[in-house]
Amino acid sequence: MNYIVSPWAIVLFVAFIFSVLGISYHFARKTKSSKGYFAAGGNIHWSVNGIAFAGDYLSAASFLGICGMIAVSGYDGFLYSIGYLAGWIVALFLVAEPVKRLGKYTFTDALDAKFNSKGIQLTAAISTLVVSVFYLIPQMVGAGSLVTPLLGLPHEAGVLLVGIIVIIVVATAGMTSTTYVQFFKGGMLIIFSMTLVFMLFSRGISTKPDQGGDVKFHEYKKITVTTVSDTAVKIADKTYKFDKLMPAGTGNSQSIFVRLTKDGRDSIWKLNAKDKKLEETLWVTHNPDGTKLYNGGKKEEGLFYQVGHMTEIDGQSGEYHTGTLNIFSFIAKIKDGIVVRWSKNTLVDGQVRYDVYSQNPTPGKAVLKPGLKFKVDSEKGALPKDKLDFISLMIALFLGTAALPHILIRYYTVPDARSARKSTIVAIGAIGLFYCLTLYMGLGAMVSGVLDLTNDNMSAPLLAKSFGVTIFAIVSALAFATVLGTVSGLIVAASGAVAHDIMDRFMGMNMEDKHKVFAGKIAAVSVGCIAMVLGILYKGMNVSYLVGWAFAVAASANFPAIIMILFWKKTTSKGVVASIVVGLCSAMGLILLSQETYNNVYHLVNVKAPVPINNPAIISVPLSFITLYVVSLLTQKQRNK
Amino acid sequence: MHHGKSTEWKKDNAASLKELLGKWFFLLYSLVYAGFIFINVMSPKFMGIDVSNWNVAILYGIGLITLAMVLAAIYNHISTHAEELLNPKEKDDENK
Repeated sequence: MNYIVSPWAIVLFVAFIFSVLGISYHFARKTKSSKGYFAAGGNIHWSVNGIAFAGDYLSAASFLGICGMIAVSGYDGFLYSIGYLAGWIVALFLVAEPVKRLGKYTFTDALDAKFNSKGIQLTAAISTLVVSVFYLIPQMVGAGSLVTPLLGLPHEAGVLLVGIIVIIVVATAGMTSTTYVQFFKGGMLIIFSMTLVFMLFSRGISTKPDQGGDVKFHEYKKITVTTVSDTAVKIADKTYKFDKLMPAGTGNSQSIFVRLTKDGRDSIWKLNAKDKKLEETLWVTHNPDGTKLYNGGKKEEGLFYQVGHMTEIDGQSGEYHTGTLNIFSFIAKIKDGIVVRWSKNTLVDGQVRYDVYSQNPTPGKAVLKPGLKFKVDSEKGALPKDKLDFISLMIALFLGTAALPHILIRYYTVPDARSARKSTIVAIGAIGLFYCLTLYMGLGAMVSGVLDLTNDNMSAPLLAKSFGVTIFAIVSALAFATVLGTVSGLIVAASGAVAHDIMDRFMGMNMEDKHKVFAGKIAAVSVGCIAMVLGILYKGMNVSYLVGWAFAVAASANFPAIIMILFWKKTTSKGVVASIVVGLCSAMGLILLSQETYNNVYHLVNVKAPVPINNPAIISVPLSFITLYVVSLLTQKQRNK
Repeated sequence: MHHGKSTEWKKDNAASLKELLGKWFFLLYSLVYAGFIFINVMSPKFMGIDVSNWNVAILYGIGLITLAMVLAAIYNHISTHAEELLNPKEKDDENK
């Protein structure tokens, strides 16, 4: 992909980030005293607090990840929008007010309110740490994704940039992410998303999208094939020389790729045996010395095109352009047409690995219902384990929100139940509206010729870029600021778990305030460094998918404990400890042994993973509940210890 | 984020009513959500049926998001009334 770095974009980006940091620092200095903090919290109108809630909650996962997944897999990405929002229902109706009535404010303290147990303090703190790290990884990956097209820097640079800024900020000023900054970010995110969707509708859809005239549509070549054998292919175009036949996969799902040579340059083509054609592909060459080539050339040569178009709209397959659309007709045009998606195959030739992307025309009807990523249709080959995976994901998303330690806590910074509730209603409204917009932004990216096949996280910002550098810079800066806010919040939560929950309470170190602060800062730096390393390792994975894992861990480790404490009198401290441990270990174990992790993190291609499903919730959540139930019943005599 | 110590909320006579309402609304939403999951795994073709310019999947999905917003608003409305009826009048400057 050739990213042309625009100086204006960089100026806007840097200016935006500095103003966000500046405003935040200004308010942080004013609210350094806890009294000042509460006064500010107490005087903020519930509508402002509500939008701030939304700004707090909507992270890289929502904006970059969901739009990215919808852009590649259609409706399956929207499942995350549905699930994330549904989780707020669990949080609002079941958990928020009862937990508040326990008289506590942090998750660990809420779990420990009735027991004062060392076991709970330790395991809940570890759980907070683990969930925070799992949540941090996608934010760092998202930051890396943003920086690349904007500043022309590699993924690693974006990760390091976020990590270093946040570590400096947390370690020096201990900056609070104030309500006003979150309100500003949340409001801007919604306004710019609405603007983007409006622009999308105005432009309409074309069979040959050219990003408003900026980027010429690339017509993918086809070469006629004269004969095919098991070892070679003869082609009509004599300027190309046949080099090698490279099959991928086995049985029914096998694809044949052909390497040709022209003017000393290799190219990879996909064999369409039915039509007797070789179709142009896009490929990334991974050389043994670590270098990468894009379509045979270096990245700067710009040979790797942006993709995403419809090959048929309204029954027309030539050059065709819809007029202005709306929320209904936009869906209809896609539904009744054919979208060109891209499938990835990995080929190995000696020491060289090729990631090959080939065209996969998909009926719009299939794009707009579940099934492209999460297989659910038995007639299309879905196995029971695939359906279990789908159910597991929906459970994790539903139960995860209420179990995220750093989310629920926002509920308690307002003075009364009524304001807290009203803020939550505003938040749910804002978040719900945003998630509806993600459907259109994702689909828009899918058909507007903007996608980077090597990184779907960039879909929404690249869609913005096709409408102009200004909106691109603002949208990227917003997303980056969101990442900064979320990352600093998570690092502070994690360092608090170490300093306050583990060192102070569990280990009984009873430190002086300034030592506690120092321990917190060391913890913050350590967690920050770990997050940076992991953010680099997990590069290229869809961020919403990664956050789905964080939700699964939270739903498994924390949710059973908090629900049973609230609603089952026979819960014992040992039961809680056992449930957190079992939930954590089973969720993490299943994730680390899943196929997605094998493929995308360990990079073990063509190795079957021991665990058949990718989301552990359907196993780890019930396991955790059962553990709590059984252990509590077995330890009833010690209930009042 | 330094969330620090939370504020103390006053005694709330409407608490048990809100808890009951919360549980029922949670149950209702869970059923609709479970229905979405069930239809997708048992009868995925149903999700592809056209509904004017949309299809069932889009309608159900956006419907779930909308239902969440509507239930939240109703919950708030009823809870606020319950608090007003069941809790003694508070001084203006303590109530925001």
